[in-house]
Amino acid sequence: MVRNIGSSALDRRGFLAAGAALIATTTLVGKAARAALPEVEAAIKEILGDRTAEEGRISLDLPEIAENGNTVPLTVEVESPMTEDDYVAAVHIFAEGNPQPTVASMSFTPRSGEAIASTRIRLAKTQTIHAIAEMSDGSVFTATREVKVTIGGCGG
Amino acid sequence: MAGKVKPRVKVPKKAEKGEIIEIKTLISHKMESGQRKDKDGNTIPRQIINHFVCKYNGEVVFESDWHGAVSANPYIAFRTVATESGELEFIWTDDDGSEYSTTAKIEVS
Repeated sequence: MVRNIGSSALDRRGFLAAGAALIATTTLVGKAARAALPEVEAAIKEILGDRTAEEGRISLDLPEIAENGNTVPLTVEVESPMTEDDYVAAVHIFAEGNPQPTVASMSFTPRSGEAIASTRIRLAKTQTIHAIAEMSDGSVFTATREVKVTIGGCGG
Repeated sequence: MAGKVKPRVKVPKKAEKGEIIEIKTLISHKMESGQRKDKDGNTIPRQIINHFVCKYNGEVVFESDWHGAVSANPYIAFRTVATESGELEFIWTDDDGSEYSTTAKIEVS
């Protein structure tokens, strides 16, 4: 994977387009599943501002195959000493194949001890989940994870 | 929906000072996403819990913003450092402005 993804729109678009092409050729994720990708891209860009995202430090844990998209367990953990000078300030979760891609944001403090949180989310279909971690020193890390969804969990 | 909402939390009763403890929370709530339609094809309006906060003796130690993709009966687990004996307060805020809350005591030695 590309390290030190550029934060400019061009770099980002290029990277995501490459990712999309790769996924399209290697899996059954269709164009429709990435419907909200521009929204996710825009949201990530807004968080980043002038900063550049790096990969690493985030472990984003979801099942490879979710039989029920209504309740998919998610655990996110970010490596950090969690001291007053160096801690994880926030983690944002996006689901690019959902009708509304913003899932949740979590704020941590040095008093968290460890930057770990678990929850359960709805996934409309097979798609890629994005996690963005903002550190207290201003650095930003990203991670993605693909989840195959058997029965979608949004419509009804 | 205040009558049906029941918060539950799991906090260790005792901990050593400086220990990182795990806190688990669950609240009964349908988390109506605003994406579903009723049988006549009308969109069912969104009604979710959009914010959760945990305070430890009054100080915020964990906070989370939620959107329509958080599952019904939202569950969230997180960690905090056991700093002193006292009370943890948990507050969930509904789209309609209602607040649901519960507390748990912890003894730190």
